[in-house]
Amino acid sequence: MNQTMSQSMWHTSGSNAAHIQGLALFFGLLLGTIFVIVVGIALLSLGRRHRGIRQEPLEGSHKPSARTEAKLRTAVSIATGITLLILFGLTIVSVSVGKVVSASIAPAGSLIIEVTGTQWWWKIRYTSDDPSRILQTANEIHIPVGQPIAIRGNSIDVIHSFWVPSLQGKRDLIPGRPTLEWLQAARPGEYRGQCAEFCGLQHAHMAFWVIAEPPAQFDAWLNHQLEPVAEPTDEDTKRGQQIFLRSACVLCHAIRGTDAAAEVGPDLTHFGSRKTIAAGTLLNTKGNLAGWIADPQNIKPGTHMATVPIQPAEMQPLIDYLESLQ
Amino acid sequence: MTPTASEQHAYADVDALRQTWSSKPSLLGWLSSVNHQEIGRRYILTAFIFLLIGGIEALLMRLQLAKPENTFLSAGHYNQIFTLHGTTMMFLFAVPVMEGMGIYLVPLMVGTRNVAFPRLNAFGYWMYLAGGLFLYGCAFFNMIPDAGWFAYPPLSGPQFSPGKGVDVWAQMITFTEVSALCVAVELIVTILKMRAPGMSLNRMPMFCWSMLVQSFMIIFAMPAVMIASTVFLLNDRTIGTHFVNPAEGGDPLLYQHVFWFFGHPEVYIIFLPALGMVSSILETHTRRQIFGYPALVLSLAGNGFIAFGLWVHHMFATGLPEIGEAYFTAASMMIAITSGVQIFCWLATLWSGRLRLTTAVHFVFGFIFIFVMGGMTGVILASIPLDLQAHDTFFVVAHFHYVLIGGALFPLFAGFHYWFPKFTGRMMDERLGKLSFWILFIGFNLTFFPMHWLGMLGMTRRVYTYIPGLGWENANLAATSGAFVILCGGLIFIANALRSRGSGERAENDPWEASTLEWEAESPPAPYNFPNLPVITSRAPLWTPASERGIVIGLRENRREILITEVLGTEPHHRSVQPAPSLWPLLTALGFSIGLTGSIFGFSWYYVASVLGMIGLVGWFWPERPLEVDP
Repeated sequence: MNQTMSQSMWHTSGSNAAHIQGLALFFGLLLGTIFVIVVGIALLSLGRRHRGIRQEPLEGSHKPSARTEAKLRTAVSIATGITLLILFGLTIVSVSVGKVVSASIAPAGSLIIEVTGTQWWWKIRYTSDDPSRILQTANEIHIPVGQPIAIRGNSIDVIHSFWVPSLQGKRDLIPGRPTLEWLQAARPGEYRGQCAEFCGLQHAHMAFWVIAEPPAQFDAWLNHQLEPVAEPTDEDTKRGQQIFLRSACVLCHAIRGTDAAAEVGPDLTHFGSRKTIAAGTLLNTKGNLAGWIADPQNIKPGTHMATVPIQPAEMQPLIDYLESLQ
Repeated sequence: MTPTASEQHAYADVDALRQTWSSKPSLLGWLSSVNHQEIGRRYILTAFIFLLIGGIEALLMRLQLAKPENTFLSAGHYNQIFTLHGTTMMFLFAVPVMEGMGIYLVPLMVGTRNVAFPRLNAFGYWMYLAGGLFLYGCAFFNMIPDAGWFAYPPLSGPQFSPGKGVDVWAQMITFTEVSALCVAVELIVTILKMRAPGMSLNRMPMFCWSMLVQSFMIIFAMPAVMIASTVFLLNDRTIGTHFVNPAEGGDPLLYQHVFWFFGHPEVYIIFLPALGMVSSILETHTRRQIFGYPALVLSLAGNGFIAFGLWVHHMFATGLPEIGEAYFTAASMMIAITSGVQIFCWLATLWSGRLRLTTAVHFVFGFIFIFVMGGMTGVILASIPLDLQAHDTFFVVAHFHYVLIGGALFPLFAGFHYWFPKFTGRMMDERLGKLSFWILFIGFNLTFFPMHWLGMLGMTRRVYTYIPGLGWENANLAATSGAFVILCGGLIFIANALRSRGSGERAENDPWEASTLEWEAESPPAPYNFPNLPVITSRAPLWTPASERGIVIGLRENRREILITEVLGTEPHHRSVQPAPSLWPLLTALGFSIGLTGSIFGFSWYYVASVLGMIGLVGWFWPERPLEVDP
């Protein structure tokens, strides 16, 4: 993976994550100061201990004077009052930021993308009123910069959680209970996301990428993705296609433009254009792909991807074919 | 002339008392013991063994996470280990160890001879032990839960967690919760009805207040988890009910609500007793009465109430309605007020006291540092927008280890050093104690502080591995090395405890010049606790000269008589006779254990449990031959 990759909530793009970042800084500084004061007072009381030892014998109990007690009472009351005010303020600030950030109603004009979590990859569906412009893909979400995106979450097995720290907080994907959140990218870029709710054996390897592009570039991408794949041109990829279509691959995967139309595994139309394979586990290179197809259980133990027996001689054409699906 | 505490031995036949209250020195006597000291010690020891097991599991996880794409543990093993770690620490260590401290100390602190229901007490311990053995026994048959200590359906449901692991987890909850409920009932009755004459509620030691609030919390919280784990989950899995299985029309969020209605108070159940310990230790070591007693008591009770109104902050990411979520933000913030008041009162006590810097006080200072930081991150997690980023990341892992280790384990260690002379009759070594404190303190912060950062960098919880290049490597390595520093500190602590127990300096009855009644008993206490039950006249009875304190005379010494007093003002009400030691609590627990264990394999085992349990209870309550006594 490349070195600039980040999944940090400090590396923000877009208003929601930026709001949260500002709030985090505010909370962090204020609470950090309070922490230092409280611990400081505790440590200062150690200094008073030594004064006490010089002044009084150590034995027995002692009773501070009524004046000391009254002073302490005042101090504790004031401290409690300040705590109350601070917490009240923090609640107000937090709720008002939350109204913007965690609203489960997307702004008008949002692009609606359905994200369905499943063990252990992401089914992505671009919705549209025009059935011919509905796009099914997997593990990689392209979005136009500047446009609000509504993420409609769902799950078909266990609970997952959709999280791209650079863009927005997380939202659970719960079977039978659709959820919604919205996000917006301020700058073009590639943002990594990962499942945040423990979802079984390969919870650790359930990542995805959100790729924010300028609107024109996004439209071009969408139009290209909507098209079925082109027929292979050279002998090698033709052979690869045949291998794919007569092997068990087609029992789970779809490639639009061919007879493969199963929906169990990720849709592989335009597979070659994706950044990673196995839900963000490996970079999409021929070598990695060969390793993944030959022995998926080695790379992602427990994955539901079947180990399909492919003859060594057939592996190269198959990979060439899949990578040619740009 | 009224007899006073300074001459109490003149009024007691100590030999007869010992004869009446001792357990028989045989194996059978050991198994049938109903003495609160013995059972309290068993709880504490057993819990520490589970702490060790849970700690080893933590080390294994840290080893796996030391570097990216590590292959030390497989995904399956890692998931089993983090499930066992959480389950062990919450259900088999943290709650039972606090219960054990309560069972041991409360009767001594309130000045009575035993807990209210001695056989129930023994039964509770055996159920707890059986639950622990059940969980780890099943591990040898490869029935290991791997859906997390929270076991969210549908992942924990029949479809996605085949095998018996999750059933074992759910039924283990039943064992430990029965045990916790037994202790709660005993402690409430002991505290409310068996206090020494004169110990009106406003003179009760802070530790007893904390155990009282904690016990009431257990009574409200534990049934919720049994509904979640047994009624919902186990029934969905074993007999095909449809409570929380979405494939059958059930609602997985219902499980989360009920689970966290227990799960959040659980945290306070663990750490309220620790707050009581801190108050006790500070009062003794600053040699002044704790500052702000009424405020502290009200804060404890406030914590107990508010803790039940926060559970949804574990579910902010599930997309509940915003107005409802905002309420839970406010409630979560509120608990910082009651917790803050307690911190302020302790600071005022420190400020105006004459502090003695023992090992116990070291741990209390460690507690203030760590717990306050955990409290601050807690405020962050109460805020919905911040929680949506931090939720289910290592930030949360850092937060609750700061709260639970800082808020409960450090005070527990402080309490352990403080009461060790009472438990064993010997002092713990102060130099080794302070050394273990510093190593634990440094190791703790080295392990858990970097996790805040990891969470903000996007590292999610419960991942068995992670890819390189996300900037997580160094912090993970630091955390792993810190875990081994903690191990060193823990080993020194254990060595110190073992060595001090064998050859530590002999402890007097009251080595710390403390204020509360347990220090008037011998170290270790005689089986009857006090030759004559004390009468008290102030909140700090031992700081009142013994010649000015009364004693209770007139209880029989040849049968197990205790004094029952009124709830508020503790006017003596009547004498009550406690049951003798008996093997039946053990046998009853065994019967229920067989039935509960079998029930994960087939419903008919519930009948077995009923029949065996009923036989046990008949034996348990079989009337004893009345004692022949002179009129």
